[in-house]
Amino acid sequence: MQVNMTVNGAEVSEEIEPRHLLVHFIRDQLGLTGTHWGCDTSNCGTCVVLIDGEPVKSCTQLAAMAGGHDVTTVEGLEVDGVLDPVQEGFMQCHGLQCGFCTPGMMLTARALLNADPNPSEDVIREAISGQICRCTGYSTIVRSIQWAANHETSVSLGSAS
Amino acid sequence: MQVPAPIEYERATSVEHAIALRSQLGDEARFIAGGHSLLPMMKLRLANPTHLIDINDLNELFYIREADSEVRIGAMARHRDLLDSELLARHFPIFRDAERVIADPTVRNRGTLGGSLCQADPSEDLSAVCTAVDASCVITSSDGQRVVPMHAFHVGPYETAVANNEMLTEIRIPLRPGGGSAYQKVERRAGDWAVVSAGAAVWMDAGIIVDGRVGLAAVGPNTTSIQPVAEALAGAAPNEDLYQRVGEIAAGNCSPETDGRGTAAYKAHLAAELTRRALRTAVARAQGQET
Repeated sequence: MQVNMTVNGAEVSEEIEPRHLLVHFIRDQLGLTGTHWGCDTSNCGTCVVLIDGEPVKSCTQLAAMAGGHDVTTVEGLEVDGVLDPVQEGFMQCHGLQCGFCTPGMMLTARALLNADPNPSEDVIREAISGQICRCTGYSTIVRSIQWAANHETSVSLGSAS
Repeated sequence: MQVPAPIEYERATSVEHAIALRSQLGDEARFIAGGHSLLPMMKLRLANPTHLIDINDLNELFYIREADSEVRIGAMARHRDLLDSELLARHFPIFRDAERVIADPTVRNRGTLGGSLCQADPSEDLSAVCTAVDASCVITSSDGQRVVPMHAFHVGPYETAVANNEMLTEIRIPLRPGGGSAYQKVERRAGDWAVVSAGAAVWMDAGIIVDGRVGLAAVGPNTTSIQPVAEALAGAAPNEDLYQRVGEIAAGNCSPETDGRGTAAYKAHLAAELTRRALRTAVARAQGQET
């Protein structure tokens, strides 16, 4: 079947098998390997992408279901060479070690900050509770998101899309 | 790598269209809402539909509203909508209690009330919630609608009263005076399935429980509705002796099994204790002592 959607602002139109999962469509068919594929059971959250601005676990969505929608992957955070404050925050505050959970963490953080520009630590921890990180103990991730909240600019995704 | 078996995909544009597709494609077709139960089951070949009918475009099923002394919830209302709804929090705080401990925020962005009820998993929380608050399910077909109470909606594990030419479209909860409700869940880790959950709702008048219900999850196939609990609560004055007795009735009317989440004896203990806690909070809320 044919599927049409917007990915990081660009229209894509691809022939897919209806059973194709969104995570594999993004990685294998579009070549956007920033979206990681982890537990495959909607537990770990590394496959999170934004669909119409909302974090969704792409291992548990069919690519066909995203048809007609606006998908943002981690590659879409940077705009014209300028990093999103969330990306900058993860660099400044050591928000990653191995980096496997990072794309899902950053996209979830971006969606959170679009909805709540000044989240408390509790709100941040709740927002990322669908994501598992086995390196950092979460403290540096929370700090990274707080850094981003304190350095928000008009570049952020919510205002761009 | 886990992928579903080959399927055909259709996208419904209205409730009528969805029901027409379902009627035409037969019992090997399934509706897909949030997909967070169905797709994992398809990956494991526990569900093997030949066709999926995507109902995520049915905007007419996303509401939560008050009408005719009922709270009416569209079948596509997502967990997140149930968690955020001030209307539900005001009338049935049990929903907020439960939604805080169902899966995680990202999963709650997709999963739906209708999908949860139609999954009919005995461990699923919202079935216990809907049982406690005396909800009914509106099932729609091309011939019209029928309204089925929760105890008749679940035919057995993973089986509902919804036929192949029908669709669950709405959940109705009667608004009655003096109501209070609460939910208690014990889980191994945040966002997990329940070891045991208990939901309770009471309706009070002049310090007496006029009507009360308890719904349990994860303690056997047919424990969402426990009639002896309702009988014990009706007309009773709320006190610790009553909670003690009703907890024992709840534990005695469930059939938990020993598994990785705990022994049958531990789960029976939880069924009793969580029933007591949920009832205690529900009564406090009905009396305006706690929100």
